[in-house]
Amino acid sequence: MEQQISSITELSKSQAPSFANYELDAAYDEMFEHDGTARAQYRPLFNRLQELAPSELKQRQQTADIAFLNQGITFTVYGNNEGTERIFPYDLLPRIITAEEWTKLEKGLAQRITALNLFLKDIYHEGRILNDGVVPRDLVYSCKHYRREMRGIRIRRDIYVSVVGTDLVRLNDGEFAILEDNLRVPSGVSYMLANRQVMKRVFPGMFSSYNVQPIDHYGQALLSTLRALAPPNRPDPTIVLLTPGVFNSAYYEHTFLARQMGIELVEGRDLIVHDNIVYMRTTGGLRRVDVIYRRVDDDFIDPLTFRPGSILGAPGLFNAYRAGNVALANAPGTGVADDKALYAFVPAIIKYYLDEDPILPNVETYLLSDDKQRRHVLANLDKLVVKAVGESGGYGMLIGPHSTAQEREVFKQLIESDPRNYIAQPTLALSRAPCFIDGRVEARHVDLRPYILYGENITIVPGGLTRVALRRGSLVVNSSQGGGSKDTWVLS
Amino acid sequence: MLSRVADSLYWMSRYLERAEHTARLLDLTLNLTLDQDASVEVERWQMVLDSLRLPKPEAADAYQLTQYLTFDLRNKDSLVACISAARENAGQIREQISSEMWEHLNQLYLMVRRANIETIYNQPHGYFGPIKEGSHLIQGITDSIMSHGEGWHFIQLGRYIERVGLTTSLLDAHFKSMLKSDKLTAGGQDYISWVALLKSCTSFESYCQTYTADIRPERIAEFLLLNAESPRSVRFAAKTIQTSLETLSRINSKLKPGRAQRYAGRFRATLDYAQVDEIMADNIHNYLENIQRQCGQIHTAVHQQYIAYSVESALAH
Repeated sequence: MEQQISSITELSKSQAPSFANYELDAAYDEMFEHDGTARAQYRPLFNRLQELAPSELKQRQQTADIAFLNQGITFTVYGNNEGTERIFPYDLLPRIITAEEWTKLEKGLAQRITALNLFLKDIYHEGRILNDGVVPRDLVYSCKHYRREMRGIRIRRDIYVSVVGTDLVRLNDGEFAILEDNLRVPSGVSYMLANRQVMKRVFPGMFSSYNVQPIDHYGQALLSTLRALAPPNRPDPTIVLLTPGVFNSAYYEHTFLARQMGIELVEGRDLIVHDNIVYMRTTGGLRRVDVIYRRVDDDFIDPLTFRPGSILGAPGLFNAYRAGNVALANAPGTGVADDKALYAFVPAIIKYYLDEDPILPNVETYLLSDDKQRRHVLANLDKLVVKAVGESGGYGMLIGPHSTAQEREVFKQLIESDPRNYIAQPTLALSRAPCFIDGRVEARHVDLRPYILYGENITIVPGGLTRVALRRGSLVVNSSQGGGSKDTWVLS
Repeated sequence: MLSRVADSLYWMSRYLERAEHTARLLDLTLNLTLDQDASVEVERWQMVLDSLRLPKPEAADAYQLTQYLTFDLRNKDSLVACISAARENAGQIREQISSEMWEHLNQLYLMVRRANIETIYNQPHGYFGPIKEGSHLIQGITDSIMSHGEGWHFIQLGRYIERVGLTTSLLDAHFKSMLKSDKLTAGGQDYISWVALLKSCTSFESYCQTYTADIRPERIAEFLLLNAESPRSVRFAAKTIQTSLETLSRINSKLKPGRAQRYAGRFRATLDYAQVDEIMADNIHNYLENIQRQCGQIHTAVHQQYIAYSVESALAH
């Protein structure tokens, strides 16, 4: 490994001063082979980077930052009275995925989403997979995202999850693996689209020299997906996007998608349910609503059915849904299938419903409710990553190798008091990609979140959000924890 | 259109109109008081506060008043507060306005927030000038890019209802402070003040084209209230308000022609057939108050008809 590090250092010193700090070790590098030569798909980019003076790169980075700030593509950081708006850090250099790699990803993701939908339909109806003992019954019923209210409800096309943002990582051998299925209200797709727009503005020449597959049709694809879910007797359905409101950190994305699709962006206070029909309050009177793309969590969509104090949803919405008068995307109760403990069973779920082997592997996962696995994990906390099953956004996590003895002790107690609530995974060496940092090109860990749509058929726009852990050595890519993102090119 | 969206468009537009007015008023006042003695300056500031219907804050010199009217966020009518409120309203309906509108409003907001009283006080025009331009730019984009549908008409309503309020208050404050002296000599204090009134309504040049540079209070009142062609006049605003309400009623044909439309028709007729000599002979203060009351009625009726109607009445349709 030492030799590999020195080889890139030698290479970069002679050829590219901006690569002087570039780190290369056992982790898969998106741009370089282990011997320090640029991979074929990155070669034109690498050459271009050597021609460009750091000052010019810096200037382009500023152009990009200003474009984000002026467009108001920001998220809000709370803490002081006013709330500060920050841009989601954008890294200048694209992440490149070959056509061949993409084809496999596409197949694997489609397979996974198909199986998970069948699983959701099954557990909210006859529960064959539970009767056959493939998935433990108590694991499903003890999940806090399991919604008993969904039992026996028939929904249009049996599609529970129509919008998914799956997190993938690339392991040391260069293969992609699934890290998390986000089946509730995945976000970030607007950054995927905005990153592309800014990229075209900042690096037009380089962009056009690559054959990058377009992603701009995401809005239309989402609209068709939602239309496919409308009640069958509503041929010209009214589709709306339900947002928690302007204070939600993803509000920019909600407005962006509503505009892309040309649909109304509604808040709970705009909706009224009368005789199991959902209406919105317009200047021309009440107008019937047929499909709701809701970006509000299950708990908050209807205070009469779920959390009583919520003002983000509409009272009576769930009854209208049960009556089949309105569609919700995603359906309530889908979180049971992206529970981190259930994740371990997804390969078995794929096998059970489709009789196929999973195309994209899982990451090895220890279930802490199992005595043997728990003993192993507790003995090796300093090497593993522990996650709370219901959390997202990088919260409720212990990264063993970066933790203190005290933090490990806290997690040990947490695990012992509620083992069902935690899982453990080996500390993954996420792949690294070149990023433009302080005037130089450095390697940072990245993941990949493609967006999958499931309506009449499955659509995956060729691309995704590549999230970057901008702090050197960090493995946490979440925007709330110092992460950024970059444009993702899928070549044709 | 969602009622909430219409409401936000309306208020975005009102706040922006108010911010532009305040910027122009402060720019002129700071320029005007440069070569005036202290007592005139005090009177002038009092007039500015009256015209904005604000109480006088304690211990206020020009510097503090500029701070209070521009940056003080505790003053809900300060320029920065108005632009923040306009932006906040726009932010809640970002998908409804064109991205250009949002970008420029956001830029205007970032610009006004970056400055503070110390950085602008020696060069106020360098600050207020770009604010006026920014506001004009946003209005230009609104008119030339946004489709002139329902949302645009709510923007029109907000702009012109606010403009009526601002112009009549300004006129009222001027007449209150100026009618004490009836002599008007070119270059004298009063003369300068009347010219400033026209300039605060961006109407000096069009006034001169209509009446020559001969400045007379009665003609100023006639121009700002009853001129049919100037977009700064109250009569023009009444016409625009009526047109917009008619269009809104046509677009939402489900509803019966409402109160708002009838009020607007009456309001327009009041101005179409008014005579300035009668207004002056009677009592201009009462006349201006009456206009503001009618405008307030229209505002309330629009709100009840389009925004906050009862669900029962809507279901009955």
